[in-house]
Amino acid sequence: MTEKSRYLEGVEKKDLFAHGHRACGGCGQALAARLVHDAAGENTIACVATGCLEVFSSPYPDPSWRIPFLHSLFENSAAVASGVEAAYKALGKGPVNIIAQGGDGSTADIGFQSISGMFERGHNVLYVCYDNEAYMNTGVQRSSFTPYGARTTTTPTGNRTRKKNLPMIAADHGIPYVATATVDDFRDLQQKVKKALSIEGPKYIHILAPCPLGWGHHGELTVQVCRLAKDTGLFPIFEIVDGKLTNVRKIPVKVPVEEYLKLQGRFKHLFKRGVPAKEVAEIQEIANENIERFNL
Amino acid sequence: MLKQIEGSHAVAEVVSYCRPNVISAYPITPQTHIVEELASIVGRGDLDAEFVNVESEFSAASVVLGASAAGARAYTATTSQGLMLMSEVIYCIAGMRLPIVLTCANRAISAPLSIWNDQQDSMAVRDAGWIQLHAEDNQEASDLHIQAFKIAEQTFLPTMVCMDGFILTHAFEPVDIPEQKEVDAFLPAFKPKHIVDPRWPRGIGLFADPRFYMETRYILHRALEKSQEVIKEVSADFAKVFGRESGGFIKTYKLKEADLVIVSMGSVVGTIKELIDKLEEEGKKVGLLQICSYRPFPRKEVYNALKDKTNITVLEKCISLGRGGILASDIRWSFPRAEKKERNISSFVAGLGGRNISIDDLRYMVEKVEKEPVEFGFLGLRKELIAEKDM
Repeated sequence: MTEKSRYLEGVEKKDLFAHGHRACGGCGQALAARLVHDAAGENTIACVATGCLEVFSSPYPDPSWRIPFLHSLFENSAAVASGVEAAYKALGKGPVNIIAQGGDGSTADIGFQSISGMFERGHNVLYVCYDNEAYMNTGVQRSSFTPYGARTTTTPTGNRTRKKNLPMIAADHGIPYVATATVDDFRDLQQKVKKALSIEGPKYIHILAPCPLGWGHHGELTVQVCRLAKDTGLFPIFEIVDGKLTNVRKIPVKVPVEEYLKLQGRFKHLFKRGVPAKEVAEIQEIANENIERFNL
Repeated sequence: MLKQIEGSHAVAEVVSYCRPNVISAYPITPQTHIVEELASIVGRGDLDAEFVNVESEFSAASVVLGASAAGARAYTATTSQGLMLMSEVIYCIAGMRLPIVLTCANRAISAPLSIWNDQQDSMAVRDAGWIQLHAEDNQEASDLHIQAFKIAEQTFLPTMVCMDGFILTHAFEPVDIPEQKEVDAFLPAFKPKHIVDPRWPRGIGLFADPRFYMETRYILHRALEKSQEVIKEVSADFAKVFGRESGGFIKTYKLKEADLVIVSMGSVVGTIKELIDKLEEEGKKVGLLQICSYRPFPRKEVYNALKDKTNITVLEKCISLGRGGILASDIRWSFPRAEKKERNISSFVAGLGGRNISIDDLRYMVEKVEKEPVEFGFLGLRKELIAEKDM
């Protein structure tokens, strides 16, 4: 078996989020969306927030979706999905997979309230956040998921705050399933989607989805960047099932954060003349905290 | 059946007879009694619907948007700040042609905070692409909801029933509430056109680039204009089936012989009619033109009603700050430019933030415009509270 076929073994490929969309080469979000919906299958309704995914997949008259697609605004995909679910219940239709989804801006910032409402009310909806750590669709502005030290167009000297920890906030709503994933491990991501959809109630999957344009890495390195995000401890991979942390991915060989940061233009200012700035040590500290907290 | 009932409860009962599948709302005074009553109707099993208690009006509107896109008959109610918070979704619902019905318990807008009645809230979303129907009393408010679902679902235009907050929502009046079977006979089941359903995958809410966007606005504008036919038909049908006139475009009172016409909408027309009767006893011929369908605006009907009139005064509970009367602009626009006839159209704003509009206020307005037309003025203003420099 070749490495490629091993890598793709057991991975669902149905092209429900079809090729021909207009994402950039190496787009982590496009890859994630394809994996998510191919795992969910045909009996799925995608409620998508305004953002990159919506823009590159739904220009009239050429949408890239082979499943029902519903978009209205930037900050309400969770509430719209709640409405779809309520309608299915009221009309006695279904069962159907309802996946509300959006980028980090629509999830953690402007849509935060609507997501919290969906979790708290207990709708049978999976919320997927494609986290590319800034407002990419509008040209790389800072979001509350932008990591410490990263340069965006609105944090030109580097972001001064730490990333909001939405998976833990979601779990604290008491929802039955929370998971993190990245686009370098197709099987893991798809298994989490399937598991989530097999559970009744609100679910949250947080997917790290690198953006070559905003992060300043080469498109072919998207998968590599994800691996480093995990192996440095900056993006812990875990599940929280009924409030209990489980299936934490152990890091085989821990990698210093420098290796992750150096691949990306957004951290370039931290390595002027090859010397790491003090922020690099602070970012390493964040990784170390994660390693300790999640026992990575 | 005739019932002595609070306006909000009458509306809630009638809405329940319209069998919405999904109701979503967020509490805000003076809308609360409507949704509380609906929640209790659903709670005791008299209506088989999903009642979604949300964390904001923004989500209430979004929930009914999603529900309607999934094929449900969906209803919400709000007012004032709630409608402001919804406004982004309000535009979206119209653009997506989702036939949602919303009750607006008309209330003033902050700041300063005021929970009392005026009509600034629904006016603020008048351009969103919704049909807006204004009720005069609680009988009409109830009747308009039955009509609203029918109109919305025939035209695929969302429909807002506006009723004055407190003055109607909290007033006890006798209201003839129809029976479930009568409403069922009048209002057929909702047949959605496009829904999200995996059996027929389709995209709803695609974005439109400059090659396509303008046509969607044109079509929506034309749909609103064309909805006049449906509004007319439905209100005529309603009169036939239920034996009373409710809704339609305009209503008039002692207009034919009138030397002066007062134009207004909402609950204040009751006070206006009382004044008209009094003035008649005193030998003055004053008439009323009441706007029921504010959007689409019944320009032709307004023109036909007013074409022979030279003295008109518009009274409204809202203002376009920095400009003046909003309804007054619509009325002035109703006369073709080519028409050479001289007309005096006065414009008054009154009753903002719940300020009572008394018969004496109205009498003052009539006497004032009898002397000379008033381009724009406030009625019932307490000038003693305003510093000289602010006048």
